[in-house]
Amino acid sequence: MIPKDHLFDFMLIHADTSLIISQRLSEWCGHGPVLEQDMAMTNLALDHIGRARLLYQYASELENAGRSEDELAFLRDELDYKNLLLAEYPNTDFAFTVTRQFFLDAFYIDLLDKLSGSADSRLAHIANKSLKETQYHYKWSSDWMIRLGDGTEISHEKVQNAVDRLWEYTGEIFQPAECELGMMEAGVAPSYEELSDSWHQRVNSVLAEATLKKPQSTWQQKGGKTGHHTEHLGYLLAEMQYMQRAYPGLDW
Amino acid sequence: MTIEELERKFQDRIDAEEKIEAKDWMPEEYRKTLIRQISQHAHSEVVGMLPEGNWVTRAPNLKRKAILLAKIQDEAGHGLYLYSAAETLGVERDSLIDDLHSGKAKYSSIFNYPAISWADMGAIGWLVDGAAIMNQVALCRTSYGPYARAMVRICKEESFHQRQGYDILLSLSRGNAAQKRMCQDAINRWWWPSLMMFGPNDAHSPHSAQSMKWKIKRVSNDELRQRFVDMTVPQCEILGMKLPDDKLKWNPERGHYDFGEIDWSEFNNVLKGNGPCNKERLADRLNAHLDGAWVREAAMAHSEKRARRTA
Amino acid sequence: MKNWPLFEIFIRSKNGLDHRHVGSLHAADAEMAIENARDVYTRRMEGVSIWVVESKNITASDPSEAEALFEPAMDKIYRHPTFYDLPDELKHM
Ligand SMILES: [Fe+2]
Ligand SMILES: [Fe+2]
Repeated sequence: MIPKDHLFDFMLIHADTSLIISQRLSEWCGHGPVLEQDMAMTNLALDHIGRARLLYQYASELENAGRSEDELAFLRDELDYKNLLLAEYPNTDFAFTVTRQFFLDAFYIDLLDKLSGSADSRLAHIANKSLKETQYHYKWSSDWMIRLGDGTEISHEKVQNAVDRLWEYTGEIFQPAECELGMMEAGVAPSYEELSDSWHQRVNSVLAEATLKKPQSTWQQKGGKTGHHTEHLGYLLAEMQYMQRAYPGLDW
Repeated sequence: MTIEELERKFQDRIDAEEKIEAKDWMPEEYRKTLIRQISQHAHSEVVGMLPEGNWVTRAPNLKRKAILLAKIQDEAGHGLYLYSAAETLGVERDSLIDDLHSGKAKYSSIFNYPAISWADMGAIGWLVDGAAIMNQVALCRTSYGPYARAMVRICKEESFHQRQGYDILLSLSRGNAAQKRMCQDAINRWWWPSLMMFGPNDAHSPHSAQSMKWKIKRVSNDELRQRFVDMTVPQCEILGMKLPDDKLKWNPERGHYDFGEIDWSEFNNVLKGNGPCNKERLADRLNAHLDGAWVREAAMAHSEKRARRTA
Repeated sequence: MKNWPLFEIFIRSKNGLDHRHVGSLHAADAEMAIENARDVYTRRMEGVSIWVVESKNITASDPSEAEALFEPAMDKIYRHPTFYDLPDELKHM
């Protein structure tokens, strides 16, 4: 048996990460580098919103306190958001967006694979559905890493810069929070050491094919899972929560 | 065959309701008219993403956010289908886009109005997509095959756009005073621009006669506008809202609603570039295109490198 | 800069049916064309398989030769089963 509050917190880490990344991806809508990729990024955003909803709905049932998916998504304080810092990093340019996506996808592809075999059938079901989406996301983001890295001089420079800048937000992914340790103990979540190894292997091979250098710096930021975010999240939430805050308790 | 003979044969085919396909002989003016109309239509779909895109990040709940995003994505698809149809006529998408950015090509003026409240997402879906659908359903029978097929695909996808918009307004109309107020305000602002979407009155529509003869256009501006008004009035009654026109009244003799005169000076001014958002919309599109240049270049460079390596 | 080439897209809507031409799009290469086609043309479960081919590789018949190409088939109505007037007693054939 998995302790309920661990499961609840675990749901929130990933629901929040999906919600925030979908919010970022949807900022591209109408502004993509080419119409075909505008649509591709919107598809990623839609998958992530769908996933966030499933996870919030489950979290809401686990909590059993009458908070709906929308209350969880829109009406918590910044300190209560548990998303990975990487997800909230601004789009900046297409290279940052692709790199951010790639670093996340390279983690989720293995995590979801493990979770899809979970004894918690609800979680297994969500993971299974999400895994198929992430396999496609991973293909999209790794293909673009390679195209940009091994494209022109300009694109190489831009994507190398994005890799270097975002690197310090990748370590947090594998620093298990209390709920994740609990999930590991209960045998639901895989070992984060194993996940980290697999992530590094994926990153190594894609960066190599993309002719990109893996950053040497080891210093890593943390705080997302415990509610201490970058300065970027406040603005994102102000925008996202605007309607719910301005007109509390209404149906839309 | 002389040009006259070719033209006569072409018109015979049109009159017999035969579709014209990409490689068929066609009068130069027919080709030009199509390129102008299809690309203008494509630009409208793409620029049309911007006012709604403005609200994706502020949608009031997760369900609405997903629906709105999917809807706007469809519009990107519509733009793409239409550019593809135009490309069958021997023009490249990039040159069409350049014409948009230089101001040489037009797009539907409706998208030069601002989307300032959440209710605008409802009004745009209900009225703007509603008006567009009127036009597009008629175009499914247009004489140029690739255009007609793109229209069929688009109409299939459009069917949920108007509903999701109406559904947003329905929720607002059943909500509290603030919601009702924003609902009525959005309808007030979007009603007249929606009627303008059908273009000038038939008497003042310069290209219409020839387009009707070639069956590029199948139904006149005024007739489509009347159909739209007749369809929309009862829908508005169900919302319990008012359309902002004192002259709007059922005319039993005509079997249609009478309605007031459109402010054509506003229409012409927005067309000329003086609408509230003309400059922002164009700048947004231009910037997206310029900012994306290095991405498009990189992908091309990479695929060329790979082709060389495997050669 | 060289623009992304145009690809024609063919989609099989379900197994047992032919691939059908659905439209075109731009992509840097064939692999990307398949991904783009997935995002552009199968958002509503329209397909189970995608073919892409660069538009310039399609050779089309010339419409001005259509009469020579296709009209000769028109008088060979004996190829169609309805050509044969069979006795009413014959139930199945
Ligand atoms: Fe559309
Ligand atoms: Fe639409």
